[in-house]
Amino acid sequence: MKMLRTLWLTLILAVVAACGGADEAAGPPNTLERGISSDPETLDQHRSRSIQAADVIRDLGEGLVGYSATGELIPAAAQSWEVSEDGLKYTFHLRDGLRWSNGDALTASHFVAGMRRLVDPSTAAFYAEMLGDLENAAGITSGEIPVSMLGVAAPDERTVVLRLVQQTPYLVSLMTHPSTFPIHPGSIAEHGDSFARPGKLVSNGAYRLEAWVPGSVISLRRNEYYWNNAGTAIDAVNYHVIVQDSAELNRYRAGELHTTSTVPPDSFAQVREEYGEQLHVAPYLGVYYYGYNLTRPPFKDNAPLRQALSMAVDREQLALRVTGRGEAPAYSWVPGGVNNYEPPLSSFAALSKEEREQVARRLYKEAGYSAENPLKIEVRYNTNDTNKKIAVAIQSMWREVLGVEATLINEEFQVLLANMRDAEITQVFRSSWMGDYNDAHTFLSVLQSGSATNMPRYENEEFDALMALAADQVDPEQRKLYLEEAERVMLADYPLIPIYFFVSKHLVSPQIEGWGDNVLDYHYSQQLSFKAVQ
Amino acid sequence: MSGNRSIRVTAGILLAVATAALVGPWISPHDYATTNLENILSAPSLSNMHLFGTDDLGRDLFVRTMLGIRITLLVAIVASLVSLVIGVSYGAIAGFVGGRLDAAMMRFVDTLYALPFIFLVILLMVAFERNFLLIFVAIGAINWLDMARIVRGQTLSLREREFVEAARLTGVSTLKIVFRHIAPNLIGIVVVYVTLTIPQAILVESFLSFLGLGVQEPQTSLGALVDAGVKHMEGASWALLIPATLLALILLCFNFLGDGLRDLFDARHSS
Amino acid sequence: MLRYTVLRILGAIPTLLLVIALAFLMVHAAPGGPFDDERALPADVEANIAAAYHLDEPLPQQFLRYMSGLLQGDLGPSYRYRDYTVGELIGTAFPYSLKLGAMAMALALLLGVSAGTVAALRQGTALDKVVMGFSMTGISIPVFVIAPVLVLFLAVKLQWLPAGWSSATGMSRYLLPVITLALPQIAYIARLTRASMIDVLGRDFIRTAHAQGLGTATVVRVHALKPAMLPVLSYMGPAIAAILTGSVVVEEIFGIPGLGQFFVRGALNRDYTLVLGIVVFYASLIVLLNLLVDILYGAIDPRVRYR
Repeated sequence: MKMLRTLWLTLILAVVAACGGADEAAGPPNTLERGISSDPETLDQHRSRSIQAADVIRDLGEGLVGYSATGELIPAAAQSWEVSEDGLKYTFHLRDGLRWSNGDALTASHFVAGMRRLVDPSTAAFYAEMLGDLENAAGITSGEIPVSMLGVAAPDERTVVLRLVQQTPYLVSLMTHPSTFPIHPGSIAEHGDSFARPGKLVSNGAYRLEAWVPGSVISLRRNEYYWNNAGTAIDAVNYHVIVQDSAELNRYRAGELHTTSTVPPDSFAQVREEYGEQLHVAPYLGVYYYGYNLTRPPFKDNAPLRQALSMAVDREQLALRVTGRGEAPAYSWVPGGVNNYEPPLSSFAALSKEEREQVARRLYKEAGYSAENPLKIEVRYNTNDTNKKIAVAIQSMWREVLGVEATLINEEFQVLLANMRDAEITQVFRSSWMGDYNDAHTFLSVLQSGSATNMPRYENEEFDALMALAADQVDPEQRKLYLEEAERVMLADYPLIPIYFFVSKHLVSPQIEGWGDNVLDYHYSQQLSFKAVQ
Repeated sequence: MSGNRSIRVTAGILLAVATAALVGPWISPHDYATTNLENILSAPSLSNMHLFGTDDLGRDLFVRTMLGIRITLLVAIVASLVSLVIGVSYGAIAGFVGGRLDAAMMRFVDTLYALPFIFLVILLMVAFERNFLLIFVAIGAINWLDMARIVRGQTLSLREREFVEAARLTGVSTLKIVFRHIAPNLIGIVVVYVTLTIPQAILVESFLSFLGLGVQEPQTSLGALVDAGVKHMEGASWALLIPATLLALILLCFNFLGDGLRDLFDARHSS
Repeated sequence: MLRYTVLRILGAIPTLLLVIALAFLMVHAAPGGPFDDERALPADVEANIAAAYHLDEPLPQQFLRYMSGLLQGDLGPSYRYRDYTVGELIGTAFPYSLKLGAMAMALALLLGVSAGTVAALRQGTALDKVVMGFSMTGISIPVFVIAPVLVLFLAVKLQWLPAGWSSATGMSRYLLPVITLALPQIAYIARLTRASMIDVLGRDFIRTAHAQGLGTATVVRVHALKPAMLPVLSYMGPAIAAILTGSVVVEEIFGIPGLGQFFVRGALNRDYTLVLGIVVFYASLIVLLNLLVDILYGAIDPRVRYR
């Protein structure tokens, strides 16, 4: 009869649990409900890394510069700025009367404090290299030079001056990145690294942090002290953490969300039919690719084979039928639409499908493979529906065009990352790269020799030399030419297979106004508003 | 349904499903891995021999479903065998030796009952990557506890029976007693519990598929097919309905079969 | 009795240690670390972070560090939720999981036992067949199918109930998750109850009770229910396990910030401390509950001797 007691205990617990526990209050009527695909790891702009964290932090904080809904740089905390003639000194002029969410005055020194904390080795910031071109930044991060030597200064309360060691044409756009936002010195002194928690976080953007239930919802409220408070329409924002994209879609359809973070691939056609006007699809700075492990056979020193496999992938079919959300087939590494850049295309881009397959078969044969002696390789990808579908489709294309026997290995993300980093057992692997700023450099620098993000382990002296020339170049036209030439050199080596360029896709309720599509996929809550009820 | 009839009917259905799963892919002109991006999510049709329609990559769902049944049954049966081997040997030893060892071994089983097993299985799948063999072992490792308890109880009572006592008195070795006299008498109850373990193993496998920790593509299982079908529930209901119905049917049959066998066993024992 | 309690607690320690060691080994054996990402870290930064979390120490040392923290009741910092400790996360998540699981269990017992009893009393009628048909279907459909189907009809199409936990307040947001979680258990318990109720109703003492002129309701309530519940009671253990498993799915689909969701995410993100913390927490909880039941039982029933 022991079980009978357990039973009663359970029942009593159930009743107690059901009655007890006050629930959080809902927000004011004018609350924007947004979907977000995972919890931020922290709302500390320096210790966070994910895109989701950055999305929320852009609502809470504000940099010197911001973006408009359509993706143009606009003044934010700074109302204007100038660049010196040699391009090595930037001066930003802050607005008058800036305040933190607790009413404290916000001064230029707080920006200096933020940037110093970013490069400080004791912060261990993920984006420490973001300001790597500032004077002494590299030496500070490696612990050789004191933080106070960083090339950023506040000559007066409303002026921030940045000094660079080399030309960085995209420097102003870096000032929109959360890692360059200011820090409230009082809260760090008081709370240390836990300053970003609800109840402690003091922010300088349009919103302040009201509550965060990890795994569920992050609630923001209007920051009354924000300089553009009058221009902020929405009083409160709830970010609902919804990991499964299909669950997010359901909640949008049930009227529980105003905006979604994505649209599930499997429901895309149906969504387009039912919610045509509410669906927003826009090009996005990201490339989906298959990398080769260049340190091991069969791909080491085997450009013909790499080219054959690349040419046998029918990118149009993949983009149209498998992903089917308006993705652009990729024949280059840098996506189109990047500032001041014309990506060169792979040599075979102009060929027809049949011609490509013919060349691919010839190269495959030249590399020593045939029907009797087929190439046997393993393809690794991380668990995810789109990845799975693409892997299955590519496996099938390689088999049909070339007779390659590819084995699919579906790994969990962390396992795949570890395997890519070790570059020992990998042969072909799925990966992607998302740009951090609107410049070709954020893509091309990935493939420089020794870069930590260079997953194929690509090494080419000519490519590295062109990248170095571009870095030293003051003239934007000349820099553009060097970067494009670098990409052309790289593409001819076939170190990876670019497959498609990402698009951002969101559902936006017809009640919402002010949504703009942009290549960075930034959508500040302060720029949105509810349509007036007729 | 009377006991015997329900056993015959459910066993018949299971046999038919298993046969179809073995033979079906031969008859179909399609194979399980070939994609056809021009013909995705097409409805079941006789004209192109896509009897169950196609999935979101244009692969034939009939062949994939048959393959899924094979793998699901394989996982479930092997998992049950693993639990059978562990459970029976553990239970038989504890029951036959008895005394302190028995008490200690059963205490250990009690404490294992306290573990959040499903969490350990998830950890196992994460730690050792997606190993097909490991799925069997992991699922089997959850289910042996019940088996051990039942076998031990049964062994304990058998040990005291006259024929065992008589064998012991006439000097038959312990090993011989276990194999000659105890083991044959355990078979009935063991078969019943294996049959009831199989549906549990099938559900665990489908749960792992839902978490993305199941078998590797382009291989598939009923659980993985159902999970994929859920995503197309509105646009292509057949992709969910067919595998889900088959999954439910198989689970039902094993449950009925187990119940029927248990009734049969109970009846035989009480008479 | 005090001695018994102490002995039982001491007896549980090796088990817990074993579980912790096993779980520790498994999470660390898994390839990949908590700070790996497609945006790989510069070597300097990576070294700084590893040092900050003591991930650069040899494994035995990390284990000792973890155990010494555990002895002081410290489950360590979460690697994924960098502003929270594991203790805090479990503290906020467990009440949600408990509420969900307990309500599902209560609902399953209430409906399962009632439906099973009614079916047994009306054995062979259409009502019986409906109840049994439902319960057979209920145990044959995985939770991850039930949940989206219910959401599609009740939340998306009819909009009667919220589709997501965080979009509503109060009880309404628990309704769908609790129903989803309880359905298979209702079905199973109904089947068990029906079978054992039919068995009990056929026994002599029930016939005697009927012969004494008692009404069916009284006979069932006073005499039959208790013995008929025995198989249901011994099913409680597996039922709790099934609800724990189901809650992982339900929490994920409805976005309930409970332990199941944290565990799966933690395991996938290599949040070592969070995963370990949840395993330790659940194992201790179950050991404690068992102990509590034993002690309570002994206090109520003096015939039980503590061995």
